[in-house]
Amino acid sequence: MSKVTLAEAPPGVEGAGFFATSLDKVIGLARANSLWPLPFATSCCGIEFMATMGSTYDLARFGAERPSFSPRQADMLLVMGTIAKKMAPVLKQVYTQMAEPRWVIAVGACASSGGIFDTYSVLQGIDEIIPVDVYVPGCPPRPEAILDGVLKLQEIVKSESLNRRNTPEYKALLEKYGIVTDNG
Amino acid sequence: MDKLDNQIVINRLQEQFAEQVRVVADPHGLLTVATEATTILDLLAFVKEDEQLRFNYLTDITAVHYPNDERDFCVVYHVHNLLHNVRLRIKVFINGPVPTIPSATTLWNGANWMERETYDFFGIVFEGHPDLRRILNMDELEVFPMRKEYPLEDPNRVDKKDFYFGR
Repeated sequence: MSKVTLAEAPPGVEGAGFFATSLDKVIGLARANSLWPLPFATSCCGIEFMATMGSTYDLARFGAERPSFSPRQADMLLVMGTIAKKMAPVLKQVYTQMAEPRWVIAVGACASSGGIFDTYSVLQGIDEIIPVDVYVPGCPPRPEAILDGVLKLQEIVKSESLNRRNTPEYKALLEKYGIVTDNG
Repeated sequence: MDKLDNQIVINRLQEQFAEQVRVVADPHGLLTVATEATTILDLLAFVKEDEQLRFNYLTDITAVHYPNDERDFCVVYHVHNLLHNVRLRIKVFINGPVPTIPSATTLWNGANWMERETYDFFGIVFEGHPDLRRILNMDELEVFPMRKEYPLEDPNRVDKKDFYFGR
């Protein structure tokens, strides 16, 4: 018996020799199961992410096989660690270099809220400069928590409508962060 | 060569600078003297070049803010005689809306970044510094964060509001 488990098919109409479902669902399924992560690690959460990518926890099992170290080819930005205010423009540039659709996970207390670093030099959560899809709590979170965050993001990706990135709401969200978009 | 000790340093400084250098204390054997902004460069040059003292290594330059004192900024120099492993701390108390002191970059190139750091955090202006701009904090920062009048915490913090703790 094969040990390979296939991704569950989305709800649809099945008959002899055909299966019909909506395009949104199929593309969402493909995207969710092949997220290319871009690790942006600055401190201890990054060490936990290394364990997450390693053989014991193995993020690749969930389709995130290829960590991309170029933002151009990544869909999922994982921000792990304290982001100093001096680092903020760098992080924002990395985010704007990613192609749509793009998602962001804030891993750990520092990336989510500033953590213990309630001080003038540290960004109080990366959502001050870029939109965040999933927050993973913990200081640092265990690899299981990071995996859970990725699975939560997969659910978001699966249910995202195809034209979400062209909606006025989405454009307004990016404009709120001062990020210019050129898609339409 | 005789071993250098604090008393020799004191005597040497007294005969050279007389009233211009005051001995403040020697906590844990670290001799601490104070002088004025007008004599600091002469003093640093003397302790560096003098055959007997030879404090040729500049360990650190930093500052302290005493908001309640009349002269509310203290610039602190640490110099080290590597031959005898003896250290000397020199303090200069200054004040004013823009506290100003001559730059030690003419004596040590290593003073460059130390003075930029001190400027960055305390707003001490080092006159004659070749490139006095912020070094650690972000360029857009509008305050000198180690001055006591500025809060340590970031005002954007939302999860520490009393509201969340029933206060």
